[in-house]
Amino acid sequence: MTKAADKKMLFEYLLRLGDNALVLGQQLSKWVGHGPELEEEMAMANFALDYVGQARMFFSYAAEIEGRGRSEDDIAFLRDCGEFRNFLLIEQRNGDFAQTIARQFLFESFYQFQLDGLSRSTDKRIAEIAARVIKEINYHLRHMRQWVLRLGDGTEESHRRLQHAFDYLWRYTGELFEADDIDVWAVQHGVGPNPEELLGRWKDYLENTLKEATLNRPEDGWMDSGGRNGHHTEHLGYLLADMQFLQRAYPGANW
Amino acid sequence: MTKQDWPLYEIFIRSRSGLSHRHVGSLHAADAQMALDHARDLYTRRGEGVSIWAVASRDIVASDPAESAALFEPAEDKIYRHPTFYEVPEGVENL
Repeated sequence: MTKAADKKMLFEYLLRLGDNALVLGQQLSKWVGHGPELEEEMAMANFALDYVGQARMFFSYAAEIEGRGRSEDDIAFLRDCGEFRNFLLIEQRNGDFAQTIARQFLFESFYQFQLDGLSRSTDKRIAEIAARVIKEINYHLRHMRQWVLRLGDGTEESHRRLQHAFDYLWRYTGELFEADDIDVWAVQHGVGPNPEELLGRWKDYLENTLKEATLNRPEDGWMDSGGRNGHHTEHLGYLLADMQFLQRAYPGANW
Repeated sequence: MTKQDWPLYEIFIRSRSGLSHRHVGSLHAADAQMALDHARDLYTRRGEGVSIWAVASRDIVASDPAESAALFEPAEDKIYRHPTFYEVPEGVENL
């Protein structure tokens, strides 16, 4: 493969990582002012900032690789839905508190294993970012896991809501473990792990927690997919309209 | 549904090894584990600590302000209890 083709692959690979982080950062920041308790709201705000920080690291590297003079802000704020590469799971609405917890738990339990692989990347910069990010995600996951246990094994109402959230979001988890040509490229070059190989560990981790929380693992059924190729659900457009409004209305606006 | 406040916890942070934990404030949490997590997010965001203690506020036994005269004033005129007759060796920072 030519060097230019490698660069294109790496750029796409970084966009996927960065878009997951950016969209989750925006999602979690929406809990500010609406959290169940002030303390929980602070936790969500911290997590949101962690994700925005991660997005910056992935995007600034992506911008360097692309070499067309775009900044991390250009990448975050001046792309439309079809150019976003995040998983469909990521863009699903916050919903009630249980749905946010279920979404975060499903993704972050996958992300921890993905980051573990990325921390051994042959690409030094990715390995460094992953080594730093994995500490943040281990803490997020600890927090989310406790909520899964609390709500699942809590009241009848909290159990029902969380089970419903897992059942609803399950259809978006298949995509996390699909390997397409970009993943194959990443595995061949030692850049990142093969998603298909993360599935076993993820299932073990998830099933253990769900069992402890007295929740049922949802039945495997039809899985939705396509976010990484720009085919998104209706939720992403609204989210981007919010997030990108300022840069769209006042191009180049600065603090 | 009635809104029920989570119980209050008092938070103590050790800022670095060798120092003792100091009271930094309080917060609400559903249980002790959550109190630790919330303390981490509220009180150690800028690298303030290496260890956290959380104590349920209801477990704290406090002295009665009405008794402060009996408790504390007798110590006021006993200056010989203060270690002011010793020289503090140089280089001792945390005495």
